[in-house]
Amino acid sequence: MTDYQNFQSHYERLLQMPVFGINQQEKWAKLSPIFEWLHQHHRAHCAAYANITSSAPAHFSSLENVPFLAVKLFKLMSLSSTPTQNVFRTLHSSGTTGQTPATITLDKETSARQSKTLVKVLQESLGRQRLPMLIIDSPVTVKPGSSFTARAAGIQGLSFFGRDHTYALDEQMQPNWQVIEAFHDKYHDQPVLLFGFTFMVWQYFVKAFQQSSGKPAFERGILLHSGGWKKLESEKVDNDTFKNTVAELFGIHQVINFYGMAEQVGSIFTECEAGHLHCPLFSDIIVRDPYTMKPCGSNQQGLLQCVSVLPTSYPGHSILTEDLGRLLGEDDCRCGRKGRYFAIDGRLPQTEVRGCSDTFMAGDAV
Amino acid sequence: MTNQEILTDAFCTALGIDAGQVTDELTYNTIPQWDSTAHMLLIAELENRFNVMLDTDDIIDMSSVAKAREILANYDIQF
Ligand SMILES: [Zn+2]
Repeated sequence: MTDYQNFQSHYERLLQMPVFGINQQEKWAKLSPIFEWLHQHHRAHCAAYANITSSAPAHFSSLENVPFLAVKLFKLMSLSSTPTQNVFRTLHSSGTTGQTPATITLDKETSARQSKTLVKVLQESLGRQRLPMLIIDSPVTVKPGSSFTARAAGIQGLSFFGRDHTYALDEQMQPNWQVIEAFHDKYHDQPVLLFGFTFMVWQYFVKAFQQSSGKPAFERGILLHSGGWKKLESEKVDNDTFKNTVAELFGIHQVINFYGMAEQVGSIFTECEAGHLHCPLFSDIIVRDPYTMKPCGSNQQGLLQCVSVLPTSYPGHSILTEDLGRLLGEDDCRCGRKGRYFAIDGRLPQTEVRGCSDTFMAGDAV
Repeated sequence: MTNQEILTDAFCTALGIDAGQVTDELTYNTIPQWDSTAHMLLIAELENRFNVMLDTDDIIDMSSVAKAREILANYDIQF
């Protein structure tokens, strides 16, 4: 693969293929030239990336050979492969207090690939139709003019799947009872989509309704949520508790979690009927030992590395996260999806994050 | 109004632009008024005006005025 056009046509061919229907070996045959091109592209357009990866091989014999950057690098420096005049949007991850948010530079092309891929992957869970959508967040989050956070980007990306978008929370993050009731009256007997960030859904929606007498039933609702469990750890809320509570309160039995990082918008990993997170054709997962950086064995806990074919505007095609998880298997989930599937266990404690090398090269670790 | 006029009017209403700006070449994300938020307004406007239900593929494919006409034609809207 030599030029950008060629890369783009490779990507467009992927869009035509089954998202979860290609086995791991065949998938790697399709992705390896793309990752080799992305690596060269970012070496040529981002000096910091070129520096960090200077000892990486030009050809990747396996997925585990793709060099990666630690996610905290995106907080420490501005990593971009885009000339200033082509910057279309700058995305800021919502760093908690005291943390520098990561800055992600998007050009129009990367942004378009993100939307297209998100739609393609989620169509596998939701179908192509758009459902009346209740967003478990406040309209303030996506107010134009405010800084564009990863949360706003998430809501905006997901809004493609809805119609009659209705925000369930008010500006104080309290349930907007009237709005919810009106939405319920209008749509309670038909399929609806509810979407929110896991913590927000639990803290401001589930808990509020646990304490109220009336609970809106959405028997044909699908609840899609993402964002991780970290903030819910102290309350001992895990995926099963979450699902059972939502089913009990609202009669919603289709609850789909997905995993994705703000630094790789569009590349998401959706939960299947068996409760496993799956890698779509456009992205993949490697689990690494936090100390040696060597790939972990099956079901062995380690740090997740996410690779994605989408980003050309910033060198984020291979990122080592601070999330802990386990690879559960490859091509053999009982749901029938091909490729890798995994589970998330939580986050690496901050103290240990600091101990990890920023620039560990895959070549050193395999 | 002809369907072309309705289409132009829908773009004007949803994006807050003048009819003169609604040319076949007008493309998503090339003017500040046609961003992803306005895109959803545009979809809703087109659905109301032409009485169709667009799916997620249509939203992704609707990258220009010309493309919008092409997609609506799939729903038996004639231009
Ligand atoms: Zn599965």
